[in-house]
Amino acid sequence: MSKKRRMRFVLLTYSAFAGASYAQQMEATDEGRIETAMHAAFPEARPDWLSRLKGDQTMRACSKYRDAPPAEVARTIAARESATIQYPPDGRLIGDWKKGEQLAQSGYGLRFTDYPPTRENGGNCYACHQLTKEEVSHGTVGPSLVQYGKIRRFSEAEAKVAYDKTYNSHATSPCSLMPRFGTNGVLTIEQIRDIVGLLMSPESPVNRP
Amino acid sequence: MSAKPRIRLPGSVTIGDVIEIKTLIAHPMESGVRRNTDGTLVSRLLLHTFEAKFEGREVFRAALHTGTAANPFISFCMKVPGPGEFEFTWVEDGGARTIERVALKVS
Amino acid sequence: MKNVRQKACAAAFVFASAFGGTGQAQQGGGDPIERELDTYRSMMKSDPWSNPGMLDVDRGEALWKTPAGPSNVSLDQCDLGLGPGKVDGAFATLPRYFVDADRVMDVEARILWCMEKLQGFDRVKLLTRPHPSAGMPVKVLGAIATYVAYRSNGRSFSATFSHPKEREALALGETLFFRRTGPMDFACSTCHADSGKRIRLQPLPFFSKPDEARKNLGEWPAYRVSTAHVMTMQHRIYDCFWQMRLPEVELGSDVSIALISYLVKQAEGGQINIPGMKR
Repeated sequence: MSKKRRMRFVLLTYSAFAGASYAQQMEATDEGRIETAMHAAFPEARPDWLSRLKGDQTMRACSKYRDAPPAEVARTIAARESATIQYPPDGRLIGDWKKGEQLAQSGYGLRFTDYPPTRENGGNCYACHQLTKEEVSHGTVGPSLVQYGKIRRFSEAEAKVAYDKTYNSHATSPCSLMPRFGTNGVLTIEQIRDIVGLLMSPESPVNRP
Repeated sequence: MSAKPRIRLPGSVTIGDVIEIKTLIAHPMESGVRRNTDGTLVSRLLLHTFEAKFEGREVFRAALHTGTAANPFISFCMKVPGPGEFEFTWVEDGGARTIERVALKVS
Repeated sequence: MKNVRQKACAAAFVFASAFGGTGQAQQGGGDPIERELDTYRSMMKSDPWSNPGMLDVDRGEALWKTPAGPSNVSLDQCDLGLGPGKVDGAFATLPRYFVDADRVMDVEARILWCMEKLQGFDRVKLLTRPHPSAGMPVKVLGAIATYVAYRSNGRSFSATFSHPKEREALALGETLFFRRTGPMDFACSTCHADSGKRIRLQPLPFFSKPDEARKNLGEWPAYRVSTAHVMTMQHRIYDCFWQMRLPEVELGSDVSIALISYLVKQAEGGQINIPGMKR
């Protein structure tokens, strides 16, 4: 989320809550009580899913600050998250845009109906972003990525930026709304490379005139 | 327990009025082109015909096809000739009929 | 009188195409996709009588009044908060604390309680697969909830949240709304992030803004065209958790009631008008 949007969100949230933040008025609901309630609410959860009920250190910080962390916290998050980014051994960051488009269209994976899995996880990029001009069914939670590579003159440096952002958006935008596709194991390095291909290849439909 | 079809007639009418009759019925209207998660086709099951009779005479008929959504809403208009009874019939693939009769009050 | 009726019949086969005008701020400003979505929404809602959710209101009414379960009694002694059997206006006052259950309950948790305690139904069975799959009608508990909610139409959300346990539920609900977890790092607030945002073609209300909560909450339970059934608020939350890559949330759990409490508080003063009509 851009700084400006974040500021707006903070102001909007706090003005909406002026005097009405229930969690703040009472003693902030403590972690113990939340965990108890969460575990009781999902009695059928598989044991290996229980970790999903609790966020990690970065997520706990982002939740606490409602995705608008103070500068100090933001720096800590950025450093912690960027350290988790892993790159392909051959250093090639731009993959197959055709596969990238399939991944962008697919929301498959990790839902409780996706077990046992019958195909690879998708990135579900179209849920939040516009990518090609042709695809009408796109979301607006994230910015439009139309002509992404073309605007950035297909530069190698920008390919790395796109890779990093897809792998772990918090490295550059602490408390970004975007899932940590790489760090959280949602997408593989090859898949992330293919998504970078979708964004950065001159032949990709994202960059066609 | 499935719901009875809903029928809406205007409250009080006079002879010569043009009125709108609305009907709503619960039905999956399975088109026969959808597939289960295992790839097999879900069998077609449609209401293929809707008939409305007033005092025994047919006043409206509709043939429904695969393009009609589940829980069909059908409305039609009629000029009131006098008091009497409507008989609405929905016919399903296989011949099962749902019949509802409603009196039209005329002042 | 005659003229009005003739006009209605003349218009009967012409869909109203006035823009729905949800009043949500458009960040893009005049996005043609948003205009088409507005047109679609106003067409769907153009005749409230045509809403198939009304069939589930009827079904719910029959289920409320018909003896059932091992005890073979109806639900006419069920206390939804305004006294046994008093249905009118009850939904508008929920969620609330109930002394007999010693917990805060929303409409579905309360009906579940009555089905269990009055009619003798097995609670575990009622909690197993409580929501319909696509194409199947809403189940018994959901149909009764739809009927009960319908009997509060025209009223405003007015739960007081005055009891300590109600305030506790509210605080928990607010915290959960912003709590990011799971492999996609999603909280409710991740998608319900701002005004005028959508996921694919589904616009999402920005619940942090009471104005939007007021406009949206009163439409649930709603008939969903894409699944051809009524979806209740418990089912809506269950479905959100599915998308968020979390496990199956239990119907009537403290977590679900806490979130519903938060939403209802945000929607305070908003009008109830169910069944809603959704894509």
